Amino acid sequence: MTLATESFGPSRKLRWVGWVLRALGMPALLAAAIALTRLAHPDFGPFEIQTLALGALPLALAAAAQAIVVISGGIDLSIGSLIAVANVLSASLMQHATFKESLAWSALVLACGAAAGFSNGLIVALSRVPDVVATLTTGFIWGGVALLILESPGGGAPAAYANIAAGSDFGPWLPNALVVMVLAVAGIWLPITQTRIGLLIYAAGSDPVAAFRSGVNVRGARTIAYVFSGIACAVGGMALTMTTGIGAPLAGSYYTLSSVAAVVIGGVSLAGGRGGLIGPVIAAVLLTLAPMDLVFLGIDPNYGQVIQGTLIVLVVMVAGFFAYLQERK
Amino acid sequence: MNDPPPLLSLRGVAKSFGAVKALRSADLEIRPGEVHALMGANGAGKSTLVKIITGVLPRDRGEIVLAGKPVVFRSPAEARGAGIVSVYQDPAIVPDLTIAQNMRLAQVPLAAVKAAMRDLGIERVPLSSVARHLDFAILRLIDLARALASNPQILMLDEITAALPADLSERVFSAVRNWRQRGSSVIFISHRLAEVAALCDRATVLRDGVTVGVTATRGAEETIVNLMLGPDVAKSVVAPILREAAPEERTRMPALEVRGLAHGHALRGVSFRVERGEVLGVTALEGQGQEELFDCIAGVRRASGGEVWAEGRLLKLRHPADAIRAGLVLVPANRLVSLLPQRSVQENVALAAFGGLRSWGPIPIAEERRRVEGAVAKLQIDTRAAAEVRRLSGGNMQKVVIARWIASGFKTLLCFDPTRGIDIGTKRQIYALLREVAGGGASVLLFTSELPEIRLACDRAIVLFGGKISGEMAAADTDEARLMRAAHGLASANTPAALA
Repeated sequence: MTLATESFGPSRKLRWVGWVLRALGMPALLAAAIALTRLAHPDFGPFEIQTLALGALPLALAAAAQAIVVISGGIDLSIGSLIAVANVLSASLMQHATFKESLAWSALVLACGAAAGFSNGLIVALSRVPDVVATLTTGFIWGGVALLILESPGGGAPAAYANIAAGSDFGPWLPNALVVMVLAVAGIWLPITQTRIGLLIYAAGSDPVAAFRSGVNVRGARTIAYVFSGIACAVGGMALTMTTGIGAPLAGSYYTLSSVAAVVIGGVSLAGGRGGLIGPVIAAVLLTLAPMDLVFLGIDPNYGQVIQGTLIVLVVMVAGFFAYLQERK
Repeated sequence: MNDPPPLLSLRGVAKSFGAVKALRSADLEIRPGEVHALMGANGAGKSTLVKIITGVLPRDRGEIVLAGKPVVFRSPAEARGAGIVSVYQDPAIVPDLTIAQNMRLAQVPLAAVKAAMRDLGIERVPLSSVARHLDFAILRLIDLARALASNPQILMLDEITAALPADLSERVFSAVRNWRQRGSSVIFISHRLAEVAALCDRATVLRDGVTVGVTATRGAEETIVNLMLGPDVAKSVVAPILREAAPEERTRMPALEVRGLAHGHALRGVSFRVERGEVLGVTALEGQGQEELFDCIAGVRRASGGEVWAEGRLLKLRHPADAIRAGLVLVPANRLVSLLPQRSVQENVALAAFGGLRSWGPIPIAEERRRVEGAVAKLQIDTRAAAEVRRLSGGNMQKVVIARWIASGFKTLLCFDPTRGIDIGTKRQIYALLREVAGGGASVLLFTSELPEIRLACDRAIVLFGGKISGEMAAADTDEARLMRAAHGLASANTPAALA
């Protein structure tokens, strides 16, 4: 065995291709999609960008929430219900509040999100019930809680509060929703990647046995991932309040499966341990853009779901193909 | 004699899993600065003991004293904190993290890791490489480097040299020898007696969950083998069973021939032939490539090299169906893998006969019942609980698996440890059945971890060690000591004269 000259990896070319695809694939895809949209609809301008950003903001946060849990080796099917709870909670608390009070209520909603995520994590970690089952059932509970808080769409928020996401304070081409998206995702992601927490989450998702033997508290790491997911859901719910102006107890259901779609398209391995947040967030924007494009092209926007499903299948197949090539060497 | 006080001592450690007593009373004493081997045959309780020492499993009874203080470890992290670090058979390296991240995960200083990697001769592996992309052998060395860098009091090495090429093994040994100079101790677990004799100071031998002896290792290979076997077997000379001469008709085509079969680093070029009407026994210690061998022949895994011939035809094995079509059928060790536990005996037996995609349409029920009942009666399966296979005893489940193949027909039966966890009466029936199958002109490849079975059921035996054949003998010539030596890689298996 010649250790000195060995190439430490499958083939350099394959790894290089993989790296480029991972780093630049999603931004390139988004740029191409926007370019195509402009081709199909030359009037695509600040208003459309604003609409896109507003629509994508809650989904981007749902995708971030899902990505963190999936990276840690789990899956969270209560995301939609959690977003709904945060949405109706904020809308009913802030209906008659001032802007400053609204900010205070926001902190409360964040704390609720963290607590709900913590309880998800605790159930998964302590009961050893599979994540799918545990979060599906807690999702039912949060869904019921959302209906208890607000049984039909209503509530509201002060205009200044809604403007945090709905305005365009940075010029027509840079809607606030986009800025909020970047800041919120960075605010959730940086504390993870810049500390040991990130290492623990990736390790727990990549190989729990090896992580355990390396001295990692795997269940603790998974629970922390759920806490961050809950916080991201709370931000997502409040973003929904800002962008729609009301609370709707049933609006969340869309986000559960769409967040899984965004995570898969965004290059996070459902097996855990691989991927990041940038891919899923861009995928969330793409998933919002697709039905808009269909409208521009004069196609029934209900095809959006078909397209979403087709994209997932294609991405999973391509990812599987690359994994196969690497295994084979 | 004035022994130094032990660094680690275990007394009367016991551990049960349900009704199974993995450890009954294990004692172990590690002196400071020694390399101590932990030996034992399959199922002796080695790995359970290791898991208790490293905090992976809690003990039921017994006492663990580290440097004069009683200790209890509830997790690997706690054991690590107390200075007991282990290198497992599969490296505890997280595949999606880089080497440097893995070191940070275990909170080991990078500078110390680099120094240890230099000692092991792998300093050229970049710390920024993702673990998934590295070779298995290199990952083991990196795991070892990490363990060394955390500066443990006691380093536990579990089969560290398995799957390592010879030059890398030598580096590991010199690193271990240097390590001892610093006054730290090493617990060395290996099936390779030659390595143990060369590297270790003393050895503790476990048998059936009990510590049966502690011995200095130099020149004590025979003592260790005898301790592992136990007094009943080591000295007794079993009268060879008389049986009709094996059908040694080499001119005829063998029922099964394997040429240079390989699977990754687990199975490295195994060749043998099984004649028609012959029962060929295979035995080995755990993890010597036997699972890969059977899976490759049965089409469950794809071999990375070599050929499988059945009755003079080269087989292309891509799927178990390919093997079944060629008459090679597998009875796996885990009965539940191949049975549908909630379904009836009849359905389970009939499955293979009617499993083909081409047999569309209604199942010929009368034909099915006739065949199934024939097989069930032949095997004396207890059918009181026939409605659901999962309610049968282990022995009867195993018979259902065999009955399935008898009902559907086969040429070579691949039996992987068919009698594991089965009562003695049923075992006898299964041996008799295998002989009967062979008597009817089919052939059998039988892996067993219970050495006496070789004499009882087989015509000929091969022993695997490190993915290669380390011994071959006629069943009449085998005794457990010879098989055990071959299974531990001692070259004497084929040359009885060398034993004296």
